[in-house]
Amino acid sequence: MGEIQLMKGNEAIAEAAIRAGCDAYFGYPITPQSEILEYLAAANPEKRTGMIVLQAESELAAINMVYGAAAAGKKVMTTSSSPGISLMQEGLSYMAGAQLPGVIVNVVRGGPGLGTIQPSQSDYFQSTKGGGHGDYRLLVLAPASVQEMSDHVKLAFDLAFKYRNPVLILTDGLIGQMMEKVELFDPVPRSKTLPDWAACGKKGRPHNIITSLHLDAYEHEKMNQKLKEKYALMQKNEVRYETYYCEDADYLIVAYGASARISQKTVTLARNRGIKLGLLRPITLFPFPSEAIARLAAQLNGILSVEMSHGQMVEDVLLATRQYPALRVEHFGRFGGVVHTPEEILEAFIKLFIQLN
Amino acid sequence: MAIEGTVVVEIDRCKGCGLCIEACPQHVLDFADSKVNIKGYRYVVLTSAGCTGCTNCAIVCPDRVLTIYRKKEA
Amino acid sequence: MESTDIIKPENLVYKRSRLMTEQPLSYCPGCGHGTVTNLIAEVIEELGIESEVIGIAPVGCAVTVYDFIAIDWIGAAHGRATAVATAVKRVLPDRYVFTYQGDGDLAAIGTAETIHACNRGENITIIFVNNGIYGMTGGQMAPTTLEGMKTSTCPYGRDVNMQGPPIDITRMIAVLSGTYYVTRQAVHTPAAVRKTKKALLKAFELQKTNKGVSFIEIVSNCNSGWKMSPVDANRWMEEKMFKIYPLGDIKVDGKMLV
Repeated sequence: MGEIQLMKGNEAIAEAAIRAGCDAYFGYPITPQSEILEYLAAANPEKRTGMIVLQAESELAAINMVYGAAAAGKKVMTTSSSPGISLMQEGLSYMAGAQLPGVIVNVVRGGPGLGTIQPSQSDYFQSTKGGGHGDYRLLVLAPASVQEMSDHVKLAFDLAFKYRNPVLILTDGLIGQMMEKVELFDPVPRSKTLPDWAACGKKGRPHNIITSLHLDAYEHEKMNQKLKEKYALMQKNEVRYETYYCEDADYLIVAYGASARISQKTVTLARNRGIKLGLLRPITLFPFPSEAIARLAAQLNGILSVEMSHGQMVEDVLLATRQYPALRVEHFGRFGGVVHTPEEILEAFIKLFIQLN
Repeated sequence: MAIEGTVVVEIDRCKGCGLCIEACPQHVLDFADSKVNIKGYRYVVLTSAGCTGCTNCAIVCPDRVLTIYRKKEA
Repeated sequence: MESTDIIKPENLVYKRSRLMTEQPLSYCPGCGHGTVTNLIAEVIEELGIESEVIGIAPVGCAVTVYDFIAIDWIGAAHGRATAVATAVKRVLPDRYVFTYQGDGDLAAIGTAETIHACNRGENITIIFVNNGIYGMTGGQMAPTTLEGMKTSTCPYGRDVNMQGPPIDITRMIAVLSGTYYVTRQAVHTPAAVRKTKKALLKAFELQKTNKGVSFIEIVSNCNSGWKMSPVDANRWMEEKMFKIYPLGDIKVDGKMLV
C-alpha cells in the first residue's frame, strides 16, 4: 500500500515526476497547470533526488531544454497547456526525428487562440496526429483520475525510453485542478548510467551525434522507415483502454479523460431507463484502441463519441468501424471551455439514436 | 644559417581560396600553374625557397590542408 | 637543399588537429567558418577534453559541424542552441558544453534564448560567427547585415529606416551580469587567428570556474554571400564590418572594459 495523499491532479503529476526518477524538469507558467512548476519549485527535489527544476523564458525554450537533456540521455519532462504546447510542436518534431525520449504533459484549456482557462479536449488532433511537421507520432496517454495522473508519469517515462520517443500525457484543466485521493508509487532511484546513444561526452566510445538532419534523402527515408516501424510496434503492443458495461451494450459511448468520468454517470442514467449503453475509455489515444471498438461494433446499433470539442476523436471511431458502414457514429460535446453534464449527454444520445421519428 | 621550413599541401582538399598566399610573409606560395585538383579547384604550391616554416599560411587555411615542417637548428 | 629532408616527424611544427574527421568541410572556399571549426578542434585537443565536451550545432552554415569534429554533438533547432546547451550543462555540470552559432541563429530567431542563457549565467561557452548574412540559405539579410549592404532580401542595400541598423547582440549580453568573459575576434589574418585561439582556450578553461557565460563573437567573411573573393572579402570586412563590430575584449573577469 503506497503512501496515500489528497492531491490536485497537477500536484500528482509533479510528485510523480520526482518519484519516477526524473532528472530534470523545464517549465513555464500557464493556467491551468502552473501548480506543477510551483509544486516542483517548492519541493526542491534537487535535495531529495538531485532532480533539476528550471523555469524557462518561454515554452519554446523549455521544450528545447527538454530536447537537450534528453539528447544527453537523461529522464526529462515538461508540462504546459494548449497555447504553450503549440509553441512546443517544433521541438516535439525534433525529438521524434532525433529519437529522443521525454515526457510532455498538456493540461488542455479551451482554444483556439488565447481561448479560455477552463478545461477542454480540443487538442486531440494536435496530440495524436502529430502537431509539428513531418511524419511522426507521440505516444499519447489520457488519464481520467488523479491516480492516473500519477501512474501515467511513471508509465510515460518507461514507454519513452522503451521506444526512444516523446510521450504525451493529454489531460485537461478539470483533472488537473480537481483533488482526489491518490496512492503514490514508491520512488524509483534516478539512473546512474546513461544510454550508449547519448551525447554526454565520448568517454570510452566513438563520438555520438544526436540530430534529426540527413541531407541525403535516401538516408532520411531510412530513418523515417525506422519511425514508421516504431509507430506500428506501438500500435501492436501499447494499446490500453477500459470498458464499462459493454458486454450486453446495444449502444456505446467512446470517451476519454474527464468526458469518460462524466459519461459513466450517463451509462447509469441510461440503464435506469432500460437503455443498454456501455462505455469504452481509451487510455492510450495513440495507439488508438481501434480493434477493441471494431470488435464491439458487431453488437452495436450506434456509437457516440463524447468529447469537449467540435468532434475530433469521432473520426478515429469512424475509421475503427469502417467495416460497418451502416453503424451510425455521432459526436456530442460542449466545447470552448464548457463542461457537459451527464444529463446533457444522455439527452443528446436519445435525440441522436433513440427518438429517430 | 637561415631557418628552413617547408609546406606539404593536401592538394585534393585545397579549395583554392588564396588566403595562404596572402598570409605568407616570404611570398613563396602561389597557385600551381594551370592545374586543378580532383574537385576542380586550383591548389597552392611552394613556388620557391625561402619558407621559414612560420605556419602563418597553415593557421589561416580554413580547411587546414597545409602541414608545416621547420628544420631544427643543428 | 631539397625540402624532402626537412619533412621529418621531429621537424613537424603544424598539422590539422587529429580530432578533425576525414570529412571535407562543407564551407565555401576561404570561409571563416572553416578556420573557426578547426580552431575549436585544436583547442579541445590541446586541453585534452575531447571525452568530456559536448558541442551544440546550430542551423546555418555550420549545421553539419558535427560531421567535422570527433566529439559528442547535439544538433539544435534553429535559434535554440543556447537553450539546449543550458539543459545539457545543468544535467551534466562536470562536462564542457559549447554552442556554435551564426548571426541568424543567435541574434535573430534565437535572441530570447541567447539573452536568457546569458542572464542566467549558464556555465557554457557560446561561439558566435558573425558574417552579416544568412549564408546557408543563399545570402539573405541578417540582423547584422550592414547599412547599405546588398543581400538577396535587401537587394537595394539594407535600409535602416525600414529594417533597422545592424544589431550588436554581443554588447547587449555583455551588460548582463551572467556573462563573465565577452570578446569579439576575427580569423582573417595569422595574428587574428592566434588571438581567437587564445580566446577560445580561455573560454573553455573558464567553464571549470563556474563563473558564468563565456561569449566569443568571431567576425567573419562570407565570400559567396558578399560575392567577393576571400581576400577581397577579408579586406572589405576590415574596412566596413570592424567599424560596426570593433574587435577586442568587451568584458573580462566579469567587468566591462568598453
